Amino acid sequence: MKKILINECVLRFPAISRNESLSRSAAAAFVLQLDPTVEETAAIKTAVSEAVTNAIVHGYRNTKGTVEMIMRLYEGNLVQIIIKDKGCGIPDVKAAMEPEFSTAPPEEERSGLGFTVMESFMDKVRVRSAEGKGTAVVLEKTLIGK
Amino acid sequence: MLKIYNDGKRITAALYGDIDHHAAREFRTALDDVIARSRPELLVLDMENVGFMDSSGVGLILGRMRAVNDVGGEILIKNARGEIAEMIRLSGLSSLIVTKTTN
Ligand SMILES: Nc1ncnc2c1ncn2[C@@H]1O[C@H](COP(=O)(O)OP(=O)(O)OP(=O)(O)O)[C@@H](O)[C@H]1O
Ligand SMILES: [Mg+2]
Repeated sequence: MKKILINECVLRFPAISRNESLSRSAAAAFVLQLDPTVEETAAIKTAVSEAVTNAIVHGYRNTKGTVEMIMRLYEGNLVQIIIKDKGCGIPDVKAAMEPEFSTAPPEEERSGLGFTVMESFMDKVRVRSAEGKGTAVVLEKTLIGK
Repeated sequence: MLKIYNDGKRITAALYGDIDHHAAREFRTALDDVIARSRPELLVLDMENVGFMDSSGVGLILGRMRAVNDVGGEILIKNARGEIAEMIRLSGLSSLIVTKTTN
């Protein structure tokens, strides 16, 4: 079935940690047009925060870079959010998405749960990645609203 | 932001605001400082005033759990609701959540 695009918003920001809260607030603002429930907003914010944090801490490994976030609303209350970085990429996406898989050193205190959280809070999570080129995470959720 | 309620070897740390990667560093430093100074038997993390938490919060809790265990103490979490409780459940830390207050 072809998706009919109703609204779209693109956000571009430097890969610095203070933009984690900015990105999830922007996503919450974007879905407001659907009159979402508190739970739906929280789910979107959490998934976005995970993907954006990954772009900053893994993709760019805290070096300079730009994160792009594309928010789309399709007919039928389908929300799609794409988070892209041009960082190091993921060599094995399937392995990376396994619970408790993390390449972060212990002192960074990451638990390898980001993808698990995204999958649990969204309907669909797709990841495209190429080593040395970057990563795009596609998050989708159909909102029921209030 | 963090508020500490000290009752001898039992300490309650009330966390305020969002717990994400950006904020985790500050919470971590403050909590480790309390743990090192007070060597608590019990550290209760009060999540009442936490509006948001992602997996960085799970890392924060796990790291503090280790730090408290290292000084022979235990950690518990109270007032975790909604998505924050869900996050804790997803990470397999449900056993740390108290429903009744312990102090
Ligand atoms: N944008 C990205 N660029 C490069 N590598 C990534 C990216 N996103 C994820 N990864 C890789 O996938 C692994 C798993 O990611 P996930 O978010 O599930 O866990 P984590 O970030 O390591 O820990 P947590 O999210 O629990 O703090 C990461 O450790 C990293 O190796
Ligand atoms: Mg992550």
